[in-house]
Amino acid sequence: MNLTLKIWRQKDSNAKGQMVDYKVTDISEHMSFLEMMDVLNEQLIASGEEPVAFDHDCREGICGMCSMYINGEAHGPDRGVTTCQLHMRMFNDGDTITIEPFRAAAFPVIKDLVVDRTSFDRIQHAGGYISVNTSGNTQDANNIPISKHAADEAMDAATCIGCGACVATCKNSSAMLFVGAKVSQYALLPQGQVEAADRVRNMVAQMDLEGFGNCTNTGACEIECPKGISLENIARMNRELMKAQF
Amino acid sequence: MALDSKVPKGPIKDKWTEYKNHINLVNPANKRHIDVIVVGTGLAGGSAAATLAELGYNVKAFCYQDSPRRAHSIAAQGGINAAKNYQGDGDSTYRLFYDTVKGGDYRSREANVYRLAEVSANIIDQCVAQGVPFARDYGGLLDNRSFGGVLVSRTFYAKGQTGQQLLLGAYSAMNRQIARGKIQMYNRHEMLDVVKVDGKARGIIARNLITGEIERHSAHAVVIASGGYGNVYFLSTNAMGSNATAAWKIHKKGAYFANPCYTQIHPTCIPRSGDYQSKLTLMSESLRNDGRIWVPKNMEDVLAIREGRKKPTDLSEDERDYYLERRYPAFGNLVPRDVASRAAKERCDAGYGVNATGEAVYLDFASAIERYGKEQARIQNIENPSAQKIYDLGKAIVEAKYGNLFQMYEKIVDEDPYKTPMMIYPATHYTMGGVWVDYNLMTTVDGLYCIGEANFSDHGANRLGASALMQGLADGYFVLPYTIGDYLANDIRTGAIPTDTKEFDEAEKGVKDMIDFFINNKGQHSVDYYHKKLGKIMWDKCGMSRNEQGLKEAMAEIKALREDFWKNVKVPGSANEMNPELEKAARVADFLELGELFAKDALNRNESCGGHFREESVELDGEQKGEAKRNDKDYAYVAAWEYKGEPADAVLHKEELEFNDIELKQRSYK
Repeated sequence: MNLTLKIWRQKDSNAKGQMVDYKVTDISEHMSFLEMMDVLNEQLIASGEEPVAFDHDCREGICGMCSMYINGEAHGPDRGVTTCQLHMRMFNDGDTITIEPFRAAAFPVIKDLVVDRTSFDRIQHAGGYISVNTSGNTQDANNIPISKHAADEAMDAATCIGCGACVATCKNSSAMLFVGAKVSQYALLPQGQVEAADRVRNMVAQMDLEGFGNCTNTGACEIECPKGISLENIARMNRELMKAQF
Repeated sequence: MALDSKVPKGPIKDKWTEYKNHINLVNPANKRHIDVIVVGTGLAGGSAAATLAELGYNVKAFCYQDSPRRAHSIAAQGGINAAKNYQGDGDSTYRLFYDTVKGGDYRSREANVYRLAEVSANIIDQCVAQGVPFARDYGGLLDNRSFGGVLVSRTFYAKGQTGQQLLLGAYSAMNRQIARGKIQMYNRHEMLDVVKVDGKARGIIARNLITGEIERHSAHAVVIASGGYGNVYFLSTNAMGSNATAAWKIHKKGAYFANPCYTQIHPTCIPRSGDYQSKLTLMSESLRNDGRIWVPKNMEDVLAIREGRKKPTDLSEDERDYYLERRYPAFGNLVPRDVASRAAKERCDAGYGVNATGEAVYLDFASAIERYGKEQARIQNIENPSAQKIYDLGKAIVEAKYGNLFQMYEKIVDEDPYKTPMMIYPATHYTMGGVWVDYNLMTTVDGLYCIGEANFSDHGANRLGASALMQGLADGYFVLPYTIGDYLANDIRTGAIPTDTKEFDEAEKGVKDMIDFFINNKGQHSVDYYHKKLGKIMWDKCGMSRNEQGLKEAMAEIKALREDFWKNVKVPGSANEMNPELEKAARVADFLELGELFAKDALNRNESCGGHFREESVELDGEQKGEAKRNDKDYAYVAAWEYKGEPADAVLHKEELEFNDIELKQRSYK
């Protein structure tokens, strides 16, 4: 298929960016979206232009590095996928595709489609851990039974890949689905409960400091999340935060 | 230099304990004055950085990704082995040790493997304490699955995302230390050289991948945890950015590189669909528990399928060749990875591949769906169930077991694997070879350590499923923190290492010269052009089966390609900005050297062992006719290569392997 691409080009974080049009031809429907971008970049290199910078790494939907906003949707028009798992069969010959970086005040653009998501890391530094040293003398793993239900729910929350699609999708650029998932994982496990109050207070405070917005329950994040992280995690985070006030 | 593995004396089960009792320690006040650099933040690097910081050292950690959480350990699916014996099925430290040495086709160092098995149980305890949500049974205790043809159930797992959960555990431990200021984290940084002062590793040169700035970082010891070199094949299950640069740069500065020819080609990956393909996706080994592998018996059916005139489901049972069941009746579809991969290649080379590229075989779940369906019908007391009912019941069971993998397959291939067989083909997955290390995990350069997949030590010539995660975390959490202390105890009076010295000047100049060359070379071909060509040579001549002539050709072709690369490569953009093409150029430059050493090592090892299959070394008759033949008399050694300029000039040093606790035997799966 032949496509027109409208891509955000921005030299660096200080430059003013703009949308630029490109044409690509003979794109196979079996290509992944990023392989289509590879074709474009080889074309640009051959013609002496600068290729489009974009983040990507594992290309199997687990590292959370890829981050494009395609035709107005984080990770594009498919559900339950990251951009690297999106395939060209979702598009038609002759389509015009708009490709932008994730947009949020807390995710400044570094170059073209690459954004800075270290704000997510800083939220994790504020409390995304259980304070246990590596010693080889921790108690046996089976000493505290954990109900299968709680373990499964903690696992569902823990599958968050930290890509930031929730933030890019949210009209308020809220990071509550991301923070809620981490708070929930630990709150659901006995090992995490000792520090639960401090953790949720510190992580939420850092989230606010980074400039993420608040949640107004539109639920767009849950729909665009490639891992299907549930809105329940935001509710649980709010409950944990309420508990932590007393 | 003679290779000294520094394995402690004494019975194997006491070595590690005795060793720990007698090493030098650094007191807590002194640790505050000692810096350690860790390159890579996967399971090995992440766990090492966190643990060293907890102990009190000042850690500087580096990763090329935008966050340490994205290292490629995250993509590991199946699980992590540990000798917990929670199932009471006879597991023990010895048995895990034995399985690992045997699985590695008797080409690993006994003492290291025993230590790995010994600390494996602690890993699970540590991870649970960190909040890793392993799968549990209804009683609330940890669940296990069985993996890769061993006789016990010792694999702990978190759905199909075990690597992700373990890595996030190590990342959380790092976060705690980053918050305390004990780890300084350098995201989006790439190490481009190591700096040696008086023969000791004392720092690195790194490039800031956002600004392009070249930075000097000093430390009292340097730890390389940068993963494997599978991307030398261009197409692999590795991440796009996975590279061998850190490991190769230290090789060029004196660290020996061991057994580069030991590569694991995983049998069940989604096949290539075209020349634009950028990477390959793994389908977990667990699928072979229920899937049956086949190709059509008759060539006319192969052609009919390729041309779309027939569907695989049109073929009756006797028109199918279940070649693993035919060749290996005892193990059938569950033969080890190397055997399954070679058998798929054999059929496809004979022309029986079922897709357009001729490189795919079927993995069929129809009989599993029927078997589970009938079983469910009995359990649910359904009399005379219809074929549709049986299918529905069976499909539900298969979906519960493998649903996420089936969905992943459908997203990529756009076919429903419940209705039509999956197509699979082998792909490069893991590299057992790597930087040579002694028992302390130190390379042949003082103060320079190498851990995780980047080193060579524990898996011999073939790695068992669910053992990579175990080794990465064992090295980082429980081994290196002890062994590095023994070395650093001599550095308590050294003080901070200055970076304004001639050693740093020289290393930095080398890096800057290389970058200037790439930016100013107005060549014709992109970096990928060379990487793809290298990948094709590696796959065709150093892939699943190797022979003398092919390996000699590979060496010559890679050398020629490398020379062309250094004349005609084209890198757009400039040095002082984010420049992904420049990053790739530096990585591919190293692969173009490593690939040649790989072929040289494969040429030297004229025996078939584990993932390394030499066509000249097969059983000639008897029941094992045509199978791999190991040669313990001539090749029971580690081949450690010393850099001498051109890869073809590398000098071989042998570490003879001693087997005192395990008897050497030929593997049989017939």
